[in-house]
Amino acid sequence: MMTITAHPTTTQPDSTGAHSVMKKVVILGATSGIALEVQRQLAHRGCELLLVARSPHRLAELQADLMIRGALRVEILSADLANIQQHTAIFDFAQRSFVGFDTVLLSYGSMHSQRDSETSVDTLLEELHVNFVSATALLTWFAYDLERRRTGCLAVITSVAGDRGRRSNYVYGSAKGALSLFVQGLRSRLHPAGVQVITIKPGPVQTSMTDHLQNAASFADPQRVASDIVQALERRSPEVLYTPKIWRYIMTAVEHIPEAIFKRMSF
Amino acid sequence: MSGQSAAVSRKQSVVASPTTQVLSWGRYPKIAHQHIHKPAWNDQVPEILRAAAPGSLLPYGLGRSYGDSCLNAGRELIDCRRLNRILGFDESTGMVRCESGVSFSDIIKVFLPKGWFVPVTPGTRFVTVGGAIANDVHGKNHHRAGTFGAHVRQIGLHRSNDGLVACSANENADMLQATIGGLGLTGVIAWADIQLKRVAGPWIDAETVPFHSLEAFLDLSRESNDRFEYSVAWLDCFASTNLRGIFFRGNHASKTLANNRNQFKAKRGPKLPFAMPAWMLNRHSIRAFNSAYYQIHARRTGTSLVPYDKFFYPLDSIRQWNLLYGKQGFLQYQCVIPEGNVEAVKELIGRMARSGMGSFLGVLKQFGSAPAAGMLSFPRPGITLALDFAMRGERTLKLMQSLDDVVQQSGGALYPAKDARMSPALFEASFPRWRSFVPYIDPKMSSSFWRRVTGGRG
Repeated sequence: MMTITAHPTTTQPDSTGAHSVMKKVVILGATSGIALEVQRQLAHRGCELLLVARSPHRLAELQADLMIRGALRVEILSADLANIQQHTAIFDFAQRSFVGFDTVLLSYGSMHSQRDSETSVDTLLEELHVNFVSATALLTWFAYDLERRRTGCLAVITSVAGDRGRRSNYVYGSAKGALSLFVQGLRSRLHPAGVQVITIKPGPVQTSMTDHLQNAASFADPQRVASDIVQALERRSPEVLYTPKIWRYIMTAVEHIPEAIFKRMSF
Repeated sequence: MSGQSAAVSRKQSVVASPTTQVLSWGRYPKIAHQHIHKPAWNDQVPEILRAAAPGSLLPYGLGRSYGDSCLNAGRELIDCRRLNRILGFDESTGMVRCESGVSFSDIIKVFLPKGWFVPVTPGTRFVTVGGAIANDVHGKNHHRAGTFGAHVRQIGLHRSNDGLVACSANENADMLQATIGGLGLTGVIAWADIQLKRVAGPWIDAETVPFHSLEAFLDLSRESNDRFEYSVAWLDCFASTNLRGIFFRGNHASKTLANNRNQFKAKRGPKLPFAMPAWMLNRHSIRAFNSAYYQIHARRTGTSLVPYDKFFYPLDSIRQWNLLYGKQGFLQYQCVIPEGNVEAVKELIGRMARSGMGSFLGVLKQFGSAPAAGMLSFPRPGITLALDFAMRGERTLKLMQSLDDVVQQSGGALYPAKDARMSPALFEASFPRWRSFVPYIDPKMSSSFWRRVTGGRG
């Protein structure tokens, strides 16, 4: 009974996006809490989107929502991003059905409770696999393509948790920290090809991933974090985005605490 | 794994089920909850319902109900704000299907540039579609359009015992009527089809008229009903002997100006950063405010073209204005007095003025005669009066009880969405048919309000 249509007035780029080079964006992990907000803002700017996530049902809901909110076009692909066997198919689909994409955002991740990762090697390995191993494997495909085309922007959501190993979340942190290092190297490699690589390091954000943590109410608003990310994608800068911005200063301070003191801290 | 037990015994950042305080808009009462579920997808709701104990859940939206109708003391809430997707839109008819956590603010942002507006809106755009249905909210166009529920064509309702149930005029019509105004007790709304209203643009042709008696207000209402889609009045709560107020009325303007998107954007003003000290609000400051408000608007008498947000949502421009009332919060008092009983309205205003506990926002509106859309809908023909009072303990509650007497004697009713203290007797008098609503309550749902006003008989 319902029809989904994109209204012409909403597909025109507004003043903020008029000169943007960001038109076709691939989202790897479209159902993550931060990606949901980023996609909305991209839709509002009239972008074309390719959404990749596991649940076909949820993807279909997102497709309808984002089209109504002004996206020029929304393609969806149901795939398990953590499953490396599926990466070829994901990349092929993007190349075939989303020709000429200019921006790739990797936004998936998993956060088990630290305690589970300490008491179960399986959980530990899964955490490292999802957040680091599978992410690097998938990025390799897209990096290769953008490098070859000598264009575009690759943005990866890691975490401030990766800046220093902390008692309360060093397993998640080490996977995200390793991913940050990988992305840093990738940035240097793709620089000569003119491909911009952005490391996005959010502080704690109020999403489904963090609801179980203490003080979740004090975490950052995902809409605000998404605004920072969208702005960085649009400007293709900075190289490393801390969001909310205050986390750049917090992490600078945290990194300067001597190890002998740091090991006694329980946070 | 050596060292495992040491690691486990350390304080972890993960806690199983925190006890969380959630406040309604009045910030009274202060109530702790056992757990807040935050589903991000409708497919997660059935499992939440299945796993819950009987009477333990209540859906929660943007928390703009003033009292305890959106709270569930010692039990659980389902925060529906992440269920905020627009699932379909028919451009030719203006019918939109959206999830229950979509806000009016969002609907306006998406659809006003396309020439569509919410069919009925309360005085804030920060309400969810689910909350608007659950409270069957009304607005300045009640005399023309009835309540919000009258524009709900179909809903999908998660029920703990029979899954996702579609309800419309043709199918489960009684469940739709129970859910409209049903205070969230009939289940969790998965999605709703809302008939939007065609408008030319974001502008309102507004007119401001001062008045000096209740009779003058009624004359203005009667005279405006045919010519104006929207009407409402502000009342100076301290001018007891010589009552005065400002009558606002307006229509959607035919002016379009749709070339600049910023004209559709609501302005965001300052934000109150913390609860104001209680002493700042006293009879002198409130009297001064009321007087200044009157003077400013009386001077601007006449017609003008104003943006929709200024006309419908003046208070939204000050974020968290509820903190104005200090740490103890405040109580709203909204009643409806049956048509023709002007003396009762005068008595209410008189009692309030004599108490010296006047309110910032005295609001008067004449309801129309549209039939109620829901079983427990509040609006009915008559005059509705809304007042707010800073919570000052016993003496505030005493004053409100004395207002209750007037309302009950006049055959009027109180509005559950604004209430934190009405007695079971007054609830019964306000909603004599509430017992026929009881069979529609989902066995897993309950609320602080419902337990209070039914005294366990619900």
